Amino acid sequence: MNALLEIRNLKVTFPTARGPVDVVKGLSLTLGRERLGIVGESGSGKSMTGRSILRLIRSPGQVTADEMTFNGTDLLSLSEKQMRSIRGARISMVMQDPKFSLNPVMTIGDQIAEALLTHQKLGRSDIRNRTLAMLEAVRINDPERVLGLYPHEVSGGMGQRVMIAMMLIPEPDLLIADEPTSALDVSVQAQVLEIIDDLVKRKGMGLILISHDLDLVSAYCDRILVMRSGEVVEECDAGELKNAKHPYTRGLLASIPRIDESRDELPVLERTGAST
Amino acid sequence: MASEIDSAAKALPTGPGGSSRNARHAWKTVKGVLGVLVAVAFTFLGLLAITFFIGRVVPIDPVLAVVGDRAPRAVYEAVRIEMGLDKPLIVQFFHYVGNVLTGDLGMSVSTGRPVAEDLARVFPATLEMATIGIIIGVALGVPMGVYAASRQGSLVDQVIRVVGLLGYSVPAFWLGLVGLALFYAKLQWVGGPGRIDIFYDGIIEPVTGLLLIDSLLAGDIEIFVNALTHIALPAAVLGFFSLAYIARMTRSFMLDQLAQEYVTTARVKGVSERLVLWRHAFRPILVPLITVIGLSYAGLLEGSVMIETVFSWPGIGNYLTTALLNADMNAVLGATLVIGAVFIGINKISDVLYRVLDPRAR
Amino acid sequence: MATTRDWLLDDSPSSRLQARLGRSYRLARALSRNPLAMVGAIIVATLILVALFAPWIATHSPIGQDLAMRLKPPSWDNWMGTDELGRDIWSRVVYGARITLMIVALVAVLAAPVGLVIGAVAGYFGGWVDRILMGITDIFLSMPKLILALAFVAALGPGIQNAIIAIAIATWPGYARIARAETLTIRNSEFVSAVELQGASSFRVIVNHILPLCTSSMIIRVTLDMAGIILTAAGLGFIGLGAQPPLPEWGAMISRGRSFILDQWWVATMPGFAIVIVSLGFCFLGDGLRDVLDPKHGDRQ
Repeated sequence: MNALLEIRNLKVTFPTARGPVDVVKGLSLTLGRERLGIVGESGSGKSMTGRSILRLIRSPGQVTADEMTFNGTDLLSLSEKQMRSIRGARISMVMQDPKFSLNPVMTIGDQIAEALLTHQKLGRSDIRNRTLAMLEAVRINDPERVLGLYPHEVSGGMGQRVMIAMMLIPEPDLLIADEPTSALDVSVQAQVLEIIDDLVKRKGMGLILISHDLDLVSAYCDRILVMRSGEVVEECDAGELKNAKHPYTRGLLASIPRIDESRDELPVLERTGAST
Repeated sequence: MASEIDSAAKALPTGPGGSSRNARHAWKTVKGVLGVLVAVAFTFLGLLAITFFIGRVVPIDPVLAVVGDRAPRAVYEAVRIEMGLDKPLIVQFFHYVGNVLTGDLGMSVSTGRPVAEDLARVFPATLEMATIGIIIGVALGVPMGVYAASRQGSLVDQVIRVVGLLGYSVPAFWLGLVGLALFYAKLQWVGGPGRIDIFYDGIIEPVTGLLLIDSLLAGDIEIFVNALTHIALPAAVLGFFSLAYIARMTRSFMLDQLAQEYVTTARVKGVSERLVLWRHAFRPILVPLITVIGLSYAGLLEGSVMIETVFSWPGIGNYLTTALLNADMNAVLGATLVIGAVFIGINKISDVLYRVLDPRAR
Repeated sequence: MATTRDWLLDDSPSSRLQARLGRSYRLARALSRNPLAMVGAIIVATLILVALFAPWIATHSPIGQDLAMRLKPPSWDNWMGTDELGRDIWSRVVYGARITLMIVALVAVLAAPVGLVIGAVAGYFGGWVDRILMGITDIFLSMPKLILALAFVAALGPGIQNAIIAIAIATWPGYARIARAETLTIRNSEFVSAVELQGASSFRVIVNHILPLCTSSMIIRVTLDMAGIILTAAGLGFIGLGAQPPLPEWGAMISRGRSFILDQWWVATMPGFAIVIVSLGFCFLGDGLRDVLDPKHGDRQ
């Protein structure tokens, strides 16, 4: 299978008062039209990885890589304008909290339509029909009404489905979902993930699911990368996770509480050597 | 899922069963309006308390200020009683409030006319100058602020930052003088002091009191142009101050916005940087910006006090300074009251506009 | 050297002195990286030095008249020219630094503590005390500062003392607002409850625990306000209600030069530059201090 995304030796660097700090230290990955999970604690560099694929690390942050190709295109050599035609249209990203990631003063309809109009010239009725269809696809029952609402007028779960609709309406080849459910109520988390999963499968896209939740990632992904302080410490198929070798992954696995267990104390991760 | 739809419906003004909701909504609006009115009334009462305090309590002896220190005892006493100073302070205050509410601000010692009449005559001149000033300030300040924020840290940004701080550091009266020396005396680009050249004076019958509009109404282009050359410099000086303030605030609002997650969302969608800036970052600040513009407009009233002296502009500022130098307390307090009231009014209006215009506050 | 620096930057200081010195050191270092703040600090330091050493810096007497030398343009002898009474403008500007410094210092000394105490008391006690104190504060805040100061000077009579009092009256409400906001955030913190549980009186809590924590935001605000105070004082001087002649107050000097602005531009222009530079210095310094001490607040007022 032809690789959708190929990254070799990705580094993201930020200057600080005490000299430059690498938040991603030489990450490599190959992604086909499959579902890849990136797991790690906060600060492990997983979000930075997602954003650097879209080249959305703002200065003074710096992104370098030996290779970062998408469908054979070298992303790092593109001009900003060429990059814009990739963003949204070919690679999209669902972000964490719809409370912050949706524009508060634009109606939901306008925001979804914008995603479409940025990349295509379409008539008014076409846009409306496609927006409505997309809202239905993310299981919003009365799309007509939701179109005219402002983001603060909908719940978090619905907001995240709007976000997904907005990111998938231009039919990209790769979707990056950066902690798409961690700001949501537990009751709607599964539903949102199922919508993502369903659409990704149906359209044959690639998916990078970024999360701190090992269980969740192993349930919805084919393959898993475990990151820790900017480095990949484990890479395995989702089914093989139980056999993970790296002590950090085993530590993560061990600290997940089970309903049928009886231990006095939850094990704490051994962190020696991880100063960041 | 059902709960989500329900919560969405709650926010919708005309959802199913909308009539009772509408009534509740209307009641909320009425309550909001009442609240604002009560707040305005209290602030205005406070303002009156300050002017009353300044007029009756601060001077060692307000009677002496009227009759002079050579007046015979009998005259002094008569004036004291006439001014109501023999009554308790609180009675005096209510008397004062009653007078002000009926439009009686007392007589001006220096012009010999009722202060209220004087103020009605001079106010349009100030209004005209401040309005052109704010137009200049908004037209230049907003784009400057947006641009500076979009290039944070660049040379242009630094320059705009310094211009913004200059607005806090340059004395308005001095800038006016320097402007006169340069643009009037040296370059002769603009007209001199006053609203109009002397030989045009009094030709136009005041309708609105705004010379630019009155001259257009009268169809007299020559006078319009002449008035324009006169107002250009003082309005530009005022415009500079509002520009500095508006640019500074716009920049800081924009920097806040550009750090927001939804701006990143827009970039993820592939929206061009120009649209990211104006549609996604700028549109949300429009509402707070209205407050800033309102504040700046009110601030220009303050600035006009200094400017008008320099440009011999027959507005409220000039009236106030003349009254100050003649110790004409009724005129001073009347002008203070009017400026304060306009200040409060503009603040409250921008407050209300904020609530009406922001979809989140509705 | 390196060891002193390490001692200052130690993450776990072992004495109060070390903690305080370390904090000052970090502040100074952060300030020194901000070029505008450095320019501001230099200007303010220069103002203080000029005011202190005015007799040595001035080339002439600030009030000595010489009618033969009236209205001379800037020259080698009179760096900023002479005014209508033949007085050397440079020397007057130099002595004027004393008046300006005195005005800002006195206004700060009068207004800041009043505002601080009123705000802290309102914020600490809450309820009716808060409503009444903040009601009064808001009424003062709803008036333009300059107009308020003008009205007070009109009632008190012209003169530099009354100008200072009037400006202080117009300035304190801003400080009260800030002190109240700060107090509200501190008031419910654990350490205040701890002190209260130990039986400390309200007075003790406010003076020993709340006021010290309000100081940094207060210093920022006072520094930023300095420019406004200088401009208001100069404005009062310009109108003729502030410092009276022959005091070399900058605003009053501009007022005298007004009649000659078209032909002898330097008489009014030179003192104006002094005002602009000094005000700008305070603005730069205040801006820099805010960036360092209060990075979250950004540019908001």
